[in-house]
Amino acid sequence: MSGLGEAAPTGAAAIWRGRLAVWAALLALLGATLALAYVPLGRFGLVVALGIAAAKALLVVLLFMHLRKPDPLLRLTAFASLVFVAFLLTLTFADVLTRAAPTQPGTVLPRSGPDLPATGQRAF
Amino acid sequence: MSEALVQRDIPDAPAPGESYLTAGTGLASWLLTTDHKRIALLYMAAITFFFFLGGAGAVAMRIELFTPQADLLSDDAYNRAFTFHGVLMVWFFLLPSIPNILGNFLLPLMIGAQDLAFPRLNLLSWYIFITAGGLAIYTLLAGGVDTGWTFYTPLSTAFANGHVLAAAAAVFIAGFSTIATAVNFIATVHLLRAPGMTWFRLPLFVWAIYATSIVMVLATPVLAMVLLLIFAERAFGIPIFDPLRGGDPILFQHLFWFYSHPAVYIMVLPSFGVISELIACYARRRVFGYSFMVYAILWIALVGFLVWGHHMFVSGQSMLANLAFSFLSFVVAVPSAIKVFNWTATLYRGQIIFDAPMIYALGFVGLFTIGGLTGLFLASIPVDVHVTDTYFVVAHFHYIMVGGAVSALYGGLAFWWPKITGRLYPEGWARFAAVMMFFGFSFTFFPMFVMGFLGMPRRYHVYVPEFQVWHVLASSGAVVLAAAYLLPMGYFAWSLVWGKRATANPWEATGLEWQTASPPPAENFATPPVVTQAPYDYHPEHSGPPAIERAAQRPQGHQP
Amino acid sequence: MPATALRKPWRSLRRQREAAGFGLWVFLGSEVMFFACALTGYAVYRTLWNADFLAAARETNVVYGTLNTAILLTSSLTMAVAAEGARAGLRRLTLACLAATIAFGLAFLVVKGFEYREDIERHLLPGPGFALPAPAAQIFFAFYWLLTGVHALHMTIGLGVTATLLWQAWRRSRPLRSPAFEVAGLYWHFVDIVWIFLYPLLYLAGRA
Ligand SMILES: [Cu+2]
Repeated sequence: MSGLGEAAPTGAAAIWRGRLAVWAALLALLGATLALAYVPLGRFGLVVALGIAAAKALLVVLLFMHLRKPDPLLRLTAFASLVFVAFLLTLTFADVLTRAAPTQPGTVLPRSGPDLPATGQRAF
Repeated sequence: MSEALVQRDIPDAPAPGESYLTAGTGLASWLLTTDHKRIALLYMAAITFFFFLGGAGAVAMRIELFTPQADLLSDDAYNRAFTFHGVLMVWFFLLPSIPNILGNFLLPLMIGAQDLAFPRLNLLSWYIFITAGGLAIYTLLAGGVDTGWTFYTPLSTAFANGHVLAAAAAVFIAGFSTIATAVNFIATVHLLRAPGMTWFRLPLFVWAIYATSIVMVLATPVLAMVLLLIFAERAFGIPIFDPLRGGDPILFQHLFWFYSHPAVYIMVLPSFGVISELIACYARRRVFGYSFMVYAILWIALVGFLVWGHHMFVSGQSMLANLAFSFLSFVVAVPSAIKVFNWTATLYRGQIIFDAPMIYALGFVGLFTIGGLTGLFLASIPVDVHVTDTYFVVAHFHYIMVGGAVSALYGGLAFWWPKITGRLYPEGWARFAAVMMFFGFSFTFFPMFVMGFLGMPRRYHVYVPEFQVWHVLASSGAVVLAAAYLLPMGYFAWSLVWGKRATANPWEATGLEWQTASPPPAENFATPPVVTQAPYDYHPEHSGPPAIERAAQRPQGHQP
Repeated sequence: MPATALRKPWRSLRRQREAAGFGLWVFLGSEVMFFACALTGYAVYRTLWNADFLAAARETNVVYGTLNTAILLTSSLTMAVAAEGARAGLRRLTLACLAATIAFGLAFLVVKGFEYREDIERHLLPGPGFALPAPAAQIFFAFYWLLTGVHALHMTIGLGVTATLLWQAWRRSRPLRSPAFEVAGLYWHFVDIVWIFLYPLLYLAGRA
């Protein structure tokens, strides 16, 4: 993990310098996403919010978690799971977005309150 | 042949006190061990126990089903019996069996390592498993669960009267053990291979365990989260899947089967690895199409994540999704077919020896083929709609999991028994048990295809009398099958005391695990092994047609 | 400084270090799937009940949420410096930054506690007497409680690990060259990343 590929900083000042810049960028992005959340962007609001979140996550992964190092194994490991997240989302939405009306949630009228016919004993 | 002369002579048995079995004595030396070989034996003890506990549930069901009326079990008790059978067999027997017993024992040996990458994590994983198992047994003693092993909501969250929370917690905890083991295996394969052991020199069993571990790491957490959601909804009344409050029960099925279909591959991929080892050794042939076998394993592990919706064709899932999942399910059958063809091609012109492990392996190929082909029936939507929730489905997955995975487990146990214990089992008895398992299995489960196709629904304890002949056949077959499972316990135990001492390589196999004493010393190899060639160099090409006696074989590597 | 002991299966210290990091990365892949499962549920319901979800998300406390995001990002900074300091053998820097990380982590949990108290007072706990009339609002808050709760649990585990390392480094029972500092850092950063995604989904939705 360590000492591969890049020269590690050895002085306290050098360590702080590199990481404070990342931290400042992260806080700037936090400010940006907070401000943009109040701008009416319609459905692009979600895209922008998630885009900024992805940028922040990428900063953390690459610079705090050292994925910038040329270690293909770690990179593969780190990003492989995203492929499977994509599988999960894609095929679930392939169903949810195209489902016939009778099985859509909401065709049973939702209600809340204590009159729900839940009868199971909640024994551990 | 010259290399064979250079290699050091391996002692058949380790020097006194050096064997991993005798390296320490007393209970603490076992319960606190970090030796992967001892932990494998701890798993063997625990998993065997759960196997018989889960088997007891099956026995209760098969006795009940002898007659069309309810005689032994009430409807509620029957629900609890099949749920308990399913939960125990899936999470406490099938999933951990081959990876945690054979994988734990063999993985470091096969790649020439001293131990797994994280030995203490390995022990911790066993304790987590035991904790989960304890909770599962608590569930049984407290009265059981009646939801089926799938925990479908809203049944599990609102209506079931059993101990859903305890059962879900047990499975949740077992998941940590699975993930810990899988992380350990992946790191081991990546970082602890002996010098010369390149990726394409890995035995197929190692590849299979590696691919299984990847599936475990990626799928198990999804199950954990979905169980957490069920747990929260049932325990705290939080609406998540409740259709009356806007929830979507089909979403639960998506999340559940995103785990549970790949879980089928967690159960069967390790068997593929075992069978490849057995067939190569007992046909005295190099595995046909080694690289295709590797790609097939990886392909299954990847595409296995894309087919979960074939469990949901009648759930109300959209037609588009049905079609996509149906197509993808046909796609995932291709690599399994490649494997079956390659095993068959390995046998071609092989010098086949019908020893017990080979009988198990050949039985596996036959039963897995039937199970796989009926899987294609179920992947096609019209047939699936006809046979959904019938005994056809029950027969199909038992062919894969019991006919497949359990045959492979027994075959693998027999094959590596001399390595594990240093003793030979009685070959005659073992062959008898292997043949008996094949026929017992077929008599138990083939009738289920017939009655399922005729319309016998699963999960009922009473049925119309027309089906009785098939049920009686199945129940009688189950008696034979149970005997075939119990018999090896007897002769394995017998062999521990009276069995002949095994040599280091009694089957003249090529794997590195045979290049050390039987049983191996605590540190596995006296000197670190060096790997010089690809696996399965049985009967090298240039040495002419197969001879009558066991042809020359060259081990993968040696200890310099 | 005592050298890190070479443990049993390894033949070189470098490999042993590499394994610790690699093993944790594999585990993080698993964690990604764990949260992805719940977030898929969130995404599906947000698609099905978009208006209700946005209305419900407006009820979360964006001040606490933003404050906690800033705290967590800062804790990641100190954690990164601690791991780097341990690697460079800078004992005082490592100890100080580990302590700061723990302080920030605790601050996060305290803010979270205030936020939870306010939520409960405002009847935002799903169930009878729930504050919002829209039916799917309860589903939003089901995910809110579940996701923040599971995240807080991860934070607690991270705090435990960091505190242990701090104690061991203080007592000098664990050499600074141990891979544990870097590995703990990886885990901490991952928990931070989870929050980076939870923040816009739970706090910023429906604000415009
Ligand atoms: Cu399936």
